[in-house]
Amino acid sequence: MLEINNLHVKLEAEDKPILRGVDLRVAAGTVHAIMGPNGSGKSTLSYVLAGRDGYAVTDGTATLDGADLLAMEPEERAAAGLFLAFQYPVEIPGVGNMTFLRTAVNAQRKARGQEEMSAGEFLKVVRDRARTLKIDADMLKRPVNVGFSGGEKKRNEILQMAMLEPKMCILDETDSGLDVDAMKLVSDGVNALRDAGRAFLVITHYQRLLDHIRPDVVHIMADGRIVKTGGPDLALEVEKNGYAGILAEAV
Amino acid sequence: MTVLDGGLQPEMRDGVDRETIETVQAMAGKYKYGWQTDIEMDFAPRGLNEDIVRLISDKNGEPAWMLEWRLAAYRRWARMEEPRWAMLTYPEIDYQDQFYYARPKSMAGKPKSLDEVDPKLLATYAKLGIPLKEQMLLAGVEGADEPRRVAVDAVFDSVSVGTTFKAELAKAGVIFCAISEAVREHPELVRKYLGSVVPQSDNFFATLNSAVFTDGSFVFIPAGVRCPMELSTYFRINAENTGQFERTLIIAEQGSYVSYLEGCTAPKRDTHQLHAAVVEIVILDDAEVKYSTVQNWYPGDENGKGGIYNFVTKRADCRGARSKVMWTQVETGSAITWKYPSCILRGDDSQGEFYSIAIANNAQQADTGTKMVHLGKNTKSRIVSKGISAGRAQNTYRGLVSMHPKAANSRNYTQCDSLLIGQGCGAHTVPYIEVKNNSSRVEHEATTSKVDDDQLFYCRSRGMDEEAAVALVVNGFVKDVLQTLPMEFAMEAQALVAISLEGSVG
Repeated sequence: MLEINNLHVKLEAEDKPILRGVDLRVAAGTVHAIMGPNGSGKSTLSYVLAGRDGYAVTDGTATLDGADLLAMEPEERAAAGLFLAFQYPVEIPGVGNMTFLRTAVNAQRKARGQEEMSAGEFLKVVRDRARTLKIDADMLKRPVNVGFSGGEKKRNEILQMAMLEPKMCILDETDSGLDVDAMKLVSDGVNALRDAGRAFLVITHYQRLLDHIRPDVVHIMADGRIVKTGGPDLALEVEKNGYAGILAEAV
Repeated sequence: MTVLDGGLQPEMRDGVDRETIETVQAMAGKYKYGWQTDIEMDFAPRGLNEDIVRLISDKNGEPAWMLEWRLAAYRRWARMEEPRWAMLTYPEIDYQDQFYYARPKSMAGKPKSLDEVDPKLLATYAKLGIPLKEQMLLAGVEGADEPRRVAVDAVFDSVSVGTTFKAELAKAGVIFCAISEAVREHPELVRKYLGSVVPQSDNFFATLNSAVFTDGSFVFIPAGVRCPMELSTYFRINAENTGQFERTLIIAEQGSYVSYLEGCTAPKRDTHQLHAAVVEIVILDDAEVKYSTVQNWYPGDENGKGGIYNFVTKRADCRGARSKVMWTQVETGSAITWKYPSCILRGDDSQGEFYSIAIANNAQQADTGTKMVHLGKNTKSRIVSKGISAGRAQNTYRGLVSMHPKAANSRNYTQCDSLLIGQGCGAHTVPYIEVKNNSSRVEHEATTSKVDDDQLFYCRSRGMDEEAAVALVVNGFVKDVLQTLPMEFAMEAQALVAISLEGSVG
């Protein structure tokens, strides 16, 4: 589904390379985790895939089901089925959460040549999905992320994911700032979306999220590259021994 | 004067109506109303002098007192200087190079009913989306039990071309007609109130208007009557080099209520056109008037060529105790906007509210705000202003809050938010506050923020294109004010907000 080859990225403003040859293949129906120390390029990878400004791709390719992601506008990537759950969800004052969701859903449907979802149908679906994430009617009415707690923001990201039904979901440190209960809710939300046609890339510092969202493959990223790939045990090893051993071995 | 930059996010209530973006997309396209109608016109000779004033008066079939009133205004105006204190830059206006009177030839003999109106005129209004014919006025609102009806007065260049629902309004005792007609048919009311809120001597543009106003709307709501429908006037400048000088007079007697809507459009022209209107509202004891404007005059092109110069004096006099006025304005058009709808809170316990969205894009300049003059005891005022600047535009909020010595226990709350899009524009806030008693309270809050890249990226990563993302963010910013508009107007305004900001990003 997602195929990244030799991806090199630097900041547009300066010459400092951040990603230095990332190779990654994520097949449909699988969950991949990326772990790694601070500054290893994990978040940059997620932003570059989603199309954020400020980065320059100097080499390599990234495709989603064969389509060149890097040639698309962010909204085209979204319509093609890519979704990024933000580490820091953005506040939009005055815009109701429900309005935002419906605008997003219909923009994607329109881009794919599908009919827009009717108000009634939308309301039914959103209420249903909000319930499983314990998002109440009030939170749906409030302006997007404004005054939301850390946990509410992350649950809201998962609600957007559930509504947009992307093929390729990237979760950027979705566990940061979550207490144990919120982590459980978010993980349940993600697990409910797992199916054979959908893939996940879970970026995290900690093993504990992976107790809830069980990955098929774990990658360790360091210094702009994936330095080690293994099964779920690799995350446990990191938890126990830290990155030092793995990094030393990789050099 | 304070020029604000950086800072707080304005406080917001909950979300924009769900239809926002659909409507916006449906209406996408540059200035939609830029065509002209090819209709044979009668013009007065170019320029302004006493003879032109006499001619206008004569064409309107006015009584002698009206002519004298105009002439007095003209003589005063001829000695006045154009004010230049606003934060607006424009070349000198040659007042002798304008036409002060233009009307479609077919209107020479006043039509007796809408059926006699030139079909081309009706077609013009149909094209503007204004349903002039009564049966078309049944503007059904989805979900509403009863379709809402709006009575319309349409003013084309200098003259009113037809007012709908007159008979039904008359049954309720409401008078809604062209002001030219009111001068002839209801002289006692016009003489009593004309110039009583905005005197001839008020300011350069109001004095000019007093001399040469050609038409406009007249509304009289008798005591105790709640106007059975919304009243609406659409102004259209069509002829080239023509100024439009409309005059609106609204009188709400004791305990009455009316909601009045005003919409404006003009064709695209390379030359600037002058618009100097006066609106006077008189509100007696316990009466309430809501006045909503969507001003969408042609703003000029991206380089500032053409566009309407909009110099408007609007004022409501809350003469009666417990009287109330609410101004809502959505200002998206005009090359230059100079406009300060004001409230004179004369009656004890009277209330004035001003809600404004002012958008300036490309080379547009807006200097707009309000005046709240508290004269009576326990008077209250509220100002919510949302200014949006994009392109190279300059947008100034200028507002006065004045608490007079006798206005004991009065309150004002002002919230003034500016939103900047891009690097080349400016937002300015100029509040004047005068408090001359010890028991009144004035609060002023101001914020300036930018549409930031993170917000746009967030929206786009969810599938919205850039323009939809800007429209969503901006509509969120102006939400508080949109909520105060009647529903159909709010929809139109939301769409206009998006259209007027097209091309402001990227």
